[in-house]
Amino acid sequence: MSFVMADNGDDDNQYRIKEGDYVVLKRGEIFKAVQIQPRKKVIFEKQWIFLDNAVGQLYSTTFEILSGGNLKPHELKDTASPLDAVEAGTDNRNIVDDGKSQKLTRDDIEALKEKGLKGQDIIKKLVDNHATFGDKTEYSQVKYIKKKKKKYENTVMILKPSCRILAMMYHGREPGKICHLRYDTLAQMLTLANIHAGSKVLVFETCAGLVLGSIMERMGGYGSVIQMYPGGGPVRAGVENFGFPAHFHDTLHEFPICHVNALLAGTLDTSAKDPTAENTHEKQLNLAAEKKQNQPEAEEQGTPEEESMVTNTGDDAGQDVEKTEKDKLKEAKAQVKKLRLEEKQRKLAATAALLKGRNADGLVIASRFHPCPVLLGLLKFLSPSRPFVVYSQYIEPLIECFKKLKECGGTVNLRLTDTWLRHYQVLPDRTHPLLLMSGGGGYLLSGTTVATDHSKPAGSKQAEEPAPKRQKLEDTEG
Amino acid sequence: MSFVEYSDFIQDGDVAIIYLSHNNVMPVKVEQGAQTQTRYGVIRHSTDLIGQRYGSKVTCSKGWFHVLHPTPELWTVALPHRTQILYTTDIAFITMMLELKPGSIVCESGTGSGSLSHAILRTIAPTGHLHTVEFHQQRAEKVAEEFKEHRVDHLVTVRNQDVCKDGFGVTGVADAVFLDIPSPWDAVGHAKVAMKKHGGRLCSFSPCIEQVQKTCEALQDRGFEDISTTEVLLREYDVRTVSLPLPDFGPDPETTEEATPAAPPNHASISLKTTTLPREMPGHTGYLTFATKPRT
Repeated sequence: MSFVMADNGDDDNQYRIKEGDYVVLKRGEIFKAVQIQPRKKVIFEKQWIFLDNAVGQLYSTTFEILSGGNLKPHELKDTASPLDAVEAGTDNRNIVDDGKSQKLTRDDIEALKEKGLKGQDIIKKLVDNHATFGDKTEYSQVKYIKKKKKKYENTVMILKPSCRILAMMYHGREPGKICHLRYDTLAQMLTLANIHAGSKVLVFETCAGLVLGSIMERMGGYGSVIQMYPGGGPVRAGVENFGFPAHFHDTLHEFPICHVNALLAGTLDTSAKDPTAENTHEKQLNLAAEKKQNQPEAEEQGTPEEESMVTNTGDDAGQDVEKTEKDKLKEAKAQVKKLRLEEKQRKLAATAALLKGRNADGLVIASRFHPCPVLLGLLKFLSPSRPFVVYSQYIEPLIECFKKLKECGGTVNLRLTDTWLRHYQVLPDRTHPLLLMSGGGGYLLSGTTVATDHSKPAGSKQAEEPAPKRQKLEDTEG
Repeated sequence: MSFVEYSDFIQDGDVAIIYLSHNNVMPVKVEQGAQTQTRYGVIRHSTDLIGQRYGSKVTCSKGWFHVLHPTPELWTVALPHRTQILYTTDIAFITMMLELKPGSIVCESGTGSGSLSHAILRTIAPTGHLHTVEFHQQRAEKVAEEFKEHRVDHLVTVRNQDVCKDGFGVTGVADAVFLDIPSPWDAVGHAKVAMKKHGGRLCSFSPCIEQVQKTCEALQDRGFEDISTTEVLLREYDVRTVSLPLPDFGPDPETTEEATPAAPPNHASISLKTTTLPREMPGHTGYLTFATKPRT
């Protein structure tokens, strides 16, 4: 999805759905993130849909799902409401719930659906065939219609993704994937960490990329985001759902935490001849595959480091009497692999350079890992007077973090909090609270870094102070 | 220093935040030669502040504290109140629900003491703009002054007028509108006019449920969709170590061994790291009503 500048003439363009766009399907409170792909079947709320007809339409358009799965923009006809000219009762003293009020059976309704009857019309039929509908109070009738609308209206709205929508979607659909991070908690995180354009933010998350994407949205493509990741590679499938323009990805970096200690100690070697663990493994696999293909070449391949020189060896040694097609293909593959490795090394070195200065502006942690060691390890990369926020599904790990931070010093304004969300139904004479979402949203620990105290012997971080940035603190004290 | 961009060293003219303790935070206008009184003694700007790193510890005659770089969150707890303000919990929720981000154009009324305004500016910088309307002349002037001191004035336009009568002063430009006024239902129409043709998000903050009801009705009448009312409450946990004494049931008759390595608990206790909650949870600030303006 490209962000077209306003002076492009067609102002509407940026509001129109395009092929390849990442969108969010919505019906009521149900959301689903999908990509618009031609002739691709998408399942949403137990229905198969083709999104082809959405291309060219405006975002936030409501579509009807026709039988067959194709979409058609929904026209809001000013049809008579099913409540027109229906009398209403005063209370329910005479209404007996015997389950026999509705004359239409499930099969009847299915038949109507198959006939292609629209949601509005099905509801009208239901009202017409309801024996005691006229006895219900007005409010009860409205409630009944609302309930049936939810069940029978065959529409879907296509939305442009945003942090708000995706956070609500993940929380409703797959909370386990995001460590049960509720959207109001995410909102607090983004603000408490002072996420804004132009800063350098460190992120450690295992929330499918939702937290990362939300941070990127709030940075608008300015500044840099460094994802610290455990294991083989950064997981950020969720970032795609945001549909960011390509240039946003230039601001996103990654760094494996297995190299953090080396980086802090100054012993991280990011030169091309020193592949990271996963690359060695990859190379070994490649070696094995090549050994199978071509026996003579196998003798030349020894250590993984030499693999990158395969093509050179092939040229230099006079053994390549006739370069078969197979050889050329293999060389090309090896060349691609070499370039990819070099690119990876280059990126790693660039990210290491971003981190080395220990001048990051913010730190956000939200993962299934124990937050304490993650926090203590990554705090070192922050400048003084910068915010950090740690999310945990459980409170105990954060209590530990809190205690540790108090012992070590170097932080102020520590707060351990959670938020409660209460929704309301607001209708004339019918206003009252609905849900109360208290527990289950997770907990936050937030604080601000300060310059570490040199006069205190216990917990002094003198050894870790980067030399070129020696604090003036030493001069003012004493 | 600015409220939308970090810097490392304190300079003459900066607004810095003095962090004395958990709930004791004050702003300081840094000035060559100036002095500021605190409960810990005098701060001499020229030596204690200017040239020092943000985050540094400053020692005075009776104690010490840290100097922090301003952020909208610190400003919210430090700013001089001219009106009741919005606090970070509501601000954070509003920011996400209005989908604010760099480049957003936002309309706000009433500006009040500028608590939310600063948070909005931080989020929409460097390419967005805030149009904020305040009907009280002195407050409008004071907040405009602060925006300038905080080096964010290029991102905001303050208008001293009544939003219910004269609107926001702009048409068809806003991605989001925020209302925190006594009669928001009177401003809904103006909000719609100020918003982009393509649509946008609206939020109205009201302490009383009657106001919420009237506002929801007005939003409905004006064709807004997705109308929903929520409130968000913050709970803060106090982390502490407690000691729970263990009971002494007397020597265990079942024990046949002589001296058990673990001495039977006499006045022993278990130490626990736990949290306690304040006796009362800060209750109600206001109801937040959100809505979406469809394409018109």
